[in-house]
Amino acid sequence: MATRSKIHSDLVKRGQATVVGDQDPALFDYCQRLGDDALILGQRLGEWCGHAPALEVDLSLANLALDLIGQGTNFLGLAGDADKLAFHRDVLDWKNCLLVEQPNGDFAQTIARQLLFSTWQHMLYEGLANSSDERVGAIAAKGVKEVAYHRELAADWTIRLGDGTDESARRMAEGLDWCWRFVPELFEVDELLEGLIADGIAADPRAFESEYRTAIATVLAEAKLQSPADQRAILGGRRGHHSEHLGHLLAVMQFLPRTYPDAQW
Amino acid sequence: MSGHDWPLWEVFVRAKGGLSHRHVGSVHAPDAELALRHARDTYTRRLEGVSLWVVPSASIIASDPADSGPLFEPAEDKIYRHPTFYDIPDVVKHI
Repeated sequence: MATRSKIHSDLVKRGQATVVGDQDPALFDYCQRLGDDALILGQRLGEWCGHAPALEVDLSLANLALDLIGQGTNFLGLAGDADKLAFHRDVLDWKNCLLVEQPNGDFAQTIARQLLFSTWQHMLYEGLANSSDERVGAIAAKGVKEVAYHRELAADWTIRLGDGTDESARRMAEGLDWCWRFVPELFEVDELLEGLIADGIAADPRAFESEYRTAIATVLAEAKLQSPADQRAILGGRRGHHSEHLGHLLAVMQFLPRTYPDAQW
Repeated sequence: MSGHDWPLWEVFVRAKGGLSHRHVGSVHAPDAELALRHARDTYTRRLEGVSLWVVPSASIIASDPADSGPLFEPAEDKIYRHPTFYDIPDVVKHI
């Protein structure tokens, strides 16, 4: 099964397996949600390249970024033409959740974002690996080990920063505070997602919400951090309502292919 | 926090089952668990290994380069310690 999954996702990556396309609008949209989450966070983490607190952390974050960009490429490649979707869509057409587009801030805020996202993504991919659409299942099955590592790494750093110096604990708490209002969106189920869940294609995030809350609370307790107070949830990423930060990210990411459309690597 | 404040760890990678761990380099990390993560992220990105060791560099007892004369040079002219020094008689089989 593992081999088959890999082969299939490699085929998807090379564009030799069937793509969903816009004749199946719901799945087309869902693949973009999954792909956009991974690609945007990968691009964000890439911004640390050369700027991380230590060379080793630079490599850690770049490894995470590359895993995520790979997952993004797989899901966007399943949706349609990955390059076209990545480089020629304007901000209103992006379907990622708001958490992943948030700025890196300091290292603690980046780790807070990673903990909250990777824990969710890990649980989601575990569910998606059993998707009734075997193409979606194959991509998730390939990503689940990568994401398990991201989750552990983020938890390790959360614990060290939270239970570190006064300054690192303060920064970690502020990072969590910044990211906390974007968590409810991860568990939002709209009509489109409801339909895909009913068909067994999409994973239902509500099924693991309490497990998620417990997992985060366990890490924060070990880090000697308080869970932030619940804030007014900010939603809308799945419908293309993004924060100002995404436009700037896309400007950097899309500049080259848009300015030189025929550029070759 | 800066990587310069972190202790140094020596990294050993086992390329595959049955082979011994080999020294591949070093990483900075605040503690043993993160040293393993940094070793994984730095030295096994291209499927180089199946097992990792990290050892605090401070735990390595090293020979003093200033002593290399007395330590190593006496072996230079002991060529009879190499098996190639000896001629094997033709009658000896299986060697």
